[in-house]
Amino acid sequence: MPTATDYIRILPEIVLSVWGMIIMFIEPILPAGRSRKGLGIFAAVGAIAAIAATIYQARPEFAGSGFNGMLRVDHFSVFFHLVVLLVTLATILMSLDYLPFQKIDRGEYYALILLGAVGMCLMSSAVELVLIFIALEISSISSYILAGFRRHAAESAESSLKYFLLGSFATAFFLYGVALLYGATGSTNVFDIARTLGTSPHIEPLAYVAVALIFTGLGFKVACAPFHVWTPDVYEGAPSPVVAFMSTAPKAASFAVLIRLVIDTASPHWFWVIWTAAVLSMCVGNLGAILQSNVKRMLAYSSIAHAGYLMVAFASASNRELGISAAMFYSAAYAAMNVGAFAIITQMAGAGERYSQIDDYSGLGKRSPVLAAALTFFLLSLIGIPITGGFFAKFYVFSAALRTHLIWLTVIGVANSGMGSYYYLRLIVRMYMFEPRTEEPAPRVRLGMGLAISICLIATLWLGVLPNVVLHYTQGAPTIFFTR
Amino acid sequence: MHLFLFLLFGGICAGGAVNLLIQRKTINSALSLIVVMGSLALIYLLLGAEFVAVVQVIIYAGAIMVLYIFVIMLLNAGEEEQAKGSNVAKIFGIPGLFAGGIIGIWVLLQHRPAEQGVKIGALYGPADQVGWMLFNKYLLAFEVTSILVLIAIMGAVVLARRGNN
Amino acid sequence: MIPISYYLLLSAFLFACGVTGFLIKRNIITLFMSIELMLNGVNLSFIAFATRLQTLDGHIFVFFVMVVAAAEAAVGLAIIISVYRTRETLNVDRVNLLKL
Repeated sequence: MPTATDYIRILPEIVLSVWGMIIMFIEPILPAGRSRKGLGIFAAVGAIAAIAATIYQARPEFAGSGFNGMLRVDHFSVFFHLVVLLVTLATILMSLDYLPFQKIDRGEYYALILLGAVGMCLMSSAVELVLIFIALEISSISSYILAGFRRHAAESAESSLKYFLLGSFATAFFLYGVALLYGATGSTNVFDIARTLGTSPHIEPLAYVAVALIFTGLGFKVACAPFHVWTPDVYEGAPSPVVAFMSTAPKAASFAVLIRLVIDTASPHWFWVIWTAAVLSMCVGNLGAILQSNVKRMLAYSSIAHAGYLMVAFASASNRELGISAAMFYSAAYAAMNVGAFAIITQMAGAGERYSQIDDYSGLGKRSPVLAAALTFFLLSLIGIPITGGFFAKFYVFSAALRTHLIWLTVIGVANSGMGSYYYLRLIVRMYMFEPRTEEPAPRVRLGMGLAISICLIATLWLGVLPNVVLHYTQGAPTIFFTR
Repeated sequence: MHLFLFLLFGGICAGGAVNLLIQRKTINSALSLIVVMGSLALIYLLLGAEFVAVVQVIIYAGAIMVLYIFVIMLLNAGEEEQAKGSNVAKIFGIPGLFAGGIIGIWVLLQHRPAEQGVKIGALYGPADQVGWMLFNKYLLAFEVTSILVLIAIMGAVVLARRGNN
Repeated sequence: MIPISYYLLLSAFLFACGVTGFLIKRNIITLFMSIELMLNGVNLSFIAFATRLQTLDGHIFVFFVMVVAAAEAAVGLAIIISVYRTRETLNVDRVNLLKL
C-alpha cells in the first residue's frame, strides 16, 4: 500500500491534475461567449501551487523512491520539476490575452497545458520504464493537441498532423527499444537495468540495438539531428505560446529521461552515438537557421542547435559531476531564454499570426523600445554573451567537455556558437538599423504578457549574474544519483 | 502441434501485415489489420497470455479498429493515389530498413541463451495475477493512465468540434 | 516445443512491415494504421520475452501499450478529421502548406 510519504512524492502532479480537472468541469458550465481569462488566471494559480508543492517536496525527508520503486524524488527530479512548472506558468500567463485575440478562447487549452505538465514532471522523477513511457505519451499527446489548437487555420492543423504522425512513429521505436531492453536485462526498472548491464561481463548485441532504438525515439522528442525534420514545420504552424511551451518543457523532461537512461545504463558505448548526434545537431541547426526568413522557423533551427550543445554536455558525462550539472544548467537557461523569445513573438504575432517574418521586426526598436530591448536580451543570451544565462550555460558545457578531453567536440561547438551568432545578430540589426514597415506602434503589452516576459528576464539575468546558487544545486544532483 | 499452430497463426498474421501494404483501398488495409490483430490474439494464447489475448480482441480488434473503420467511412477515404518517387524517405528509408532488418535478424538469432523451446502456455498469465500486479507494483502507472485518457477525451472534443466556440 | 526466437522474428517482421508502410503509403489513415502494426509487433516481443523470463511484467507493459494506443487513436483520428475539414484531402503529399 502506498504511504502518505509516497503521495507527497507525487504532490506537484496531484496539484496539477486537480487543477486541470476543475478547469475541465467549469469550462462547459461557462456560457459560450464569455471570456475564459478567469480560467487562465485560475490555471496560473494552479501552476504556482504546484511550484509550492515541489518546494515542499524538496525537503530531505521526502527524498527517495516511492510507489514500489516507480519513481524517485531527488535533487535531479526537483530541479526539472521547477523548470517545467516555471515554463508552464509563463506559458499560461502569455496565453491569457493571446487566446481571445486569436479567437480560440477555450478553457481546455489551460487544462491541456496543466495535464501535459503532469506528464513532463513525472518523466523527470520516473525510474520505471512503464511510467516513463506513459508520462512521455501524456506529454506528447497534449503537445499534439495544443499544436492544432488554432483549428480553423490550415497550417495549425497540418502542424498538428505532422507532429502526431512522426511523434507516434518515434514512440513505436522507443517502445521497441524498451521491449528489447526488457528482454536483454529482464527488468523494466532503470536501476535494475543499470545493475545488470554494469555487472554482466559481456553485453549482448540485443542491448545495443535496444539502446539505439530508445535513442531514436527520445532523439525525436528532443529534436536532435538526424531526427529533427519535423521541428521547423511544427513550430511554424503551431500557436506561438504553445511553441514556447513545447520547445522547452517536454524537451527538458526528455533530456531528464535521457540523462537517467544514459548515465544509469552507464556505458562507453553511448559515447560515439551522442558525439555524432551533438555535432550533427549543432551544424544542421545553425546552417538551417541562417537560411530562414520566418522568425519561428529560425528559432526552430536554433532549438536544434541548442539540443546539440546539450548533447555536448552528455558526451562529457563520463565525468559525471561536470556533465550532468552542465546539462541541467543548460536546460534551465535554455528554457528561460527561449520562452522569453517566444513570448515576444507571441506579442508581435497579430491576428492569425500574420507577422512572423523577419522583415516584420524591422524597426521594432522605434516602434516599441521595451519589446525590442527584451528580445535583444534574449537573443544575446541565446548567442551566449556574458551577464546572460546563456553565457554560463555554454561556458559550463564547454568546460565540462574540455575537462573530459573532448577537444574536437569543443572546437566544433565553439565554432558553431560563432556561426550561430550571425542569425541572432541579423535579427537585432533588423530591429535597430532598419526603418519600420508600418508607423503603427506595436501592440500594447498586457499584464499577463508583461509578467511572463518579466519571469523570463529575471530567470535569464539571474542565471547570468548569480549562477552559483543554481550550479551548486545541480552539482548536488549527481552525487545522490546512483545511490538508491 | 505447437509448431503447427504457430506456423498457421503466424502465417495468417504475416500475410495480413503484407496485405495491409499491398492493398490500395484504405478499408481493405484496415480489414487486414484486424486479421493481424485477431491472429496475434491466438498467438498470445499459445504463449499463455490469457488476459492479454482477451484484451487484444476486445480493445484492439474491437474498439480501436471500429473507430478506424468509422472514420474511414465518415471521410469516404477511397482509393489511394499513386505514390510519387521523389521522397527522401524512399532513398534512405528502404535501404536503411533492409540493413536494419538484417541486423535485427542476426541479433535475435544471437540472443538465444541455451534455448530449449517452450511448451504451449509456458508462462501462465491469468487475469487475477495480472490484475494483482496492476494494482500493487504498477499502481501509480495505472492511476496516471487516467490522465492520459482525460487528455485524449479533451483532445478529441477540441479538435473534432465544428465551428467557433 | 518451439524456440522463443520464432516469436521474436515474427514480431520483428510485423514491426518492419509497419515501418515500410509508414514510408511507402500516402494515405494518412493508412500511415496511422502502419504505426498500429508497429505497436502490435512490439507487443508480441513483450509477451515473448515475458515467457522467456518467466515474469508477468511484459504482460503489464502490453496492457499499458494498448491504453496508449487507444488514446493515440482517439486523438489521431480527431486530428485527421480536422485536417480533412480544412484541406479536403487525405494524401500526405498534398498536405503541404508548410514546406519541409
